[in-house]
Amino acid sequence: MNFPSRLVEDAVNEFAKLPGVGRKTALRFVLHLLRKDPAEVEKFGSTFIRLRQELKHCHTCHNISESEICDICSNPRRDPATVCIVEDVRDVMAIENTNQYTGVYHVLGGIISPMDGIGPGDLSIDHLVQRASSGTIREMIMALSTTMEGDTTNFYIYKRLKEFNISVSTIARGIAIGDELEYADEVTLGRSIVNRVPYEKTIAAK
Amino acid sequence: MQTNCLPLPEMFLQKLSLVNFKNFEEAELAFSDKVNCFAGPNGSGKTNLLDALHYLGLCKSYFNPLDSQNIRHDEGFFVIQGTFIADDGAEEQVYCGMKRNQKKVFKRNQKEYERLADHIGLFPLVMVSPADGVLISGGSEERRRFMDSVIAQYDKNYLDSLIAYNRVLSQRNALLKQFGENRNFDAAVLEVFDAQLAGKGKPVYEARKAFIAAFTPIFADYYRHLSGAAEEVAITYQSKLHETSFEDLLIRSLPKDRIMQHCTAGVHKDDLEFGIGGYAMKKAGSQGQQKTFLIALRLAQFCFIRDTGKRMPVLLLDDIYDKLDENRVKKLMDAVCGKGFGQIFITDTGVGRIQELFENRGIPFRLFEIRSGKVNNQLKELPSE
Repeated sequence: MNFPSRLVEDAVNEFAKLPGVGRKTALRFVLHLLRKDPAEVEKFGSTFIRLRQELKHCHTCHNISESEICDICSNPRRDPATVCIVEDVRDVMAIENTNQYTGVYHVLGGIISPMDGIGPGDLSIDHLVQRASSGTIREMIMALSTTMEGDTTNFYIYKRLKEFNISVSTIARGIAIGDELEYADEVTLGRSIVNRVPYEKTIAAK
Repeated sequence: MQTNCLPLPEMFLQKLSLVNFKNFEEAELAFSDKVNCFAGPNGSGKTNLLDALHYLGLCKSYFNPLDSQNIRHDEGFFVIQGTFIADDGAEEQVYCGMKRNQKKVFKRNQKEYERLADHIGLFPLVMVSPADGVLISGGSEERRRFMDSVIAQYDKNYLDSLIAYNRVLSQRNALLKQFGENRNFDAAVLEVFDAQLAGKGKPVYEARKAFIAAFTPIFADYYRHLSGAAEEVAITYQSKLHETSFEDLLIRSLPKDRIMQHCTAGVHKDDLEFGIGGYAMKKAGSQGQQKTFLIALRLAQFCFIRDTGKRMPVLLLDDIYDKLDENRVKKLMDAVCGKGFGQIFITDTGVGRIQELFENRGIPFRLFEIRSGKVNNQLKELPSE
């Protein structure tokens, strides 16, 4: 693609760095911005600059935060003895949206996958073990994806936490609510049968 | 000889029509439910007909993994259509169409498949081809693939375990490589992968061991029959797991793994050893003996698919006189014309000798003469009415 101006080309290249954006889409964005008010575009740009400069990571749970300690960790109504271990910030948002969880979080920042060059050292696992050693935590819930890499990470964390007197649990795996059995895949259905739950508990959950 | 098979629902290919497939511009063939022979000179297209059948059964070519290269030169598409008839008279139509630069389309009874995997296994078939030689001459990967493909037919969990195993293996290899490059070592992470590798690898090993134990007697029977008990052959499953547990194996091979920067032990290094009279088949077997060995291997595979599947497979025999003597070819025909086999397709270069071979057997037999992409329909039909 040939551009009439060096400035346009630079702007296109920057947009094209975003995930899911190609050069054609990037050009559309740039031309769109050129049609806008300079003040509006300035606001657009400064929003991202502020985002990057002012946003921090919580010192306790590595969630994104505007202060040293995030809103969840500093909330007195949350139970600091229950920690939910998640892969990234999106998972925190997903679990928060359920309104079912009152504990705090620990964001790993990824999962172990040597093929992608991610080892335990690249994640906040050492800090997690440090939190566990403080003795104030009763339960840790591992809420990672149900992929092989997720299993690997679960297993590794479990091994690191074994020495502490903490109950380590993992989120339930099975048939999704509203699903019909005949459409469930065999592995999921098989596990749901093996790990069945007492019916009384399911009444209480409603 | 194995004849104690259950009465399987017979299903045979009644009609095949081709458009622009390999060297065939257009062809229509109507088959016998027992023996069908394609005879013709070199390069006439006999094997291409078998390959078309392979497409109908397994959605791909036996020889060329690139579908677009199976289109007749300078044409834009090919179509293969087959009509199968079940013994209750029900018709099943299978359609395979491939346009250049497009995805191949597979339909059964006019309904397109979303996943080709749903089709595989409905019309099972086994191919015996001169290309099988690679099982003996090739690397251990070929022999593992042979084992895996047969086991996966009847053991659903097997393929899952194998795929999961290979995934953990790649992760562990990547980890070993990182250790080597960064000159560090983290036993705790490696332990996690070791446990997973062992967990996925054990069922693979057990399934292979059980398979070879069941497979070998059937295979030996066929070899004895084909060769007239002239020589003793053996298949041995080689795995380091025979002597030690998976966990110990990984611990023992760790120093070597760290130097090589990949996993040097596990079920991905298993092999099958083919022997004749106590020596390696690859070195001591004559060409004819090797060929006999491969045919016995395929016939035993046929029995396995037949006995564990739902339908009688179709047997494709490419170039039966390849390296075999008269006597063994006759024995082979005795075997496949007997009980326990269904519809058969055979190719050979000589019209005369193949006719002779079936003259006095009293089984339905049709001979087609192929000449440079043209089919001379039904040269001869037996028993003549």
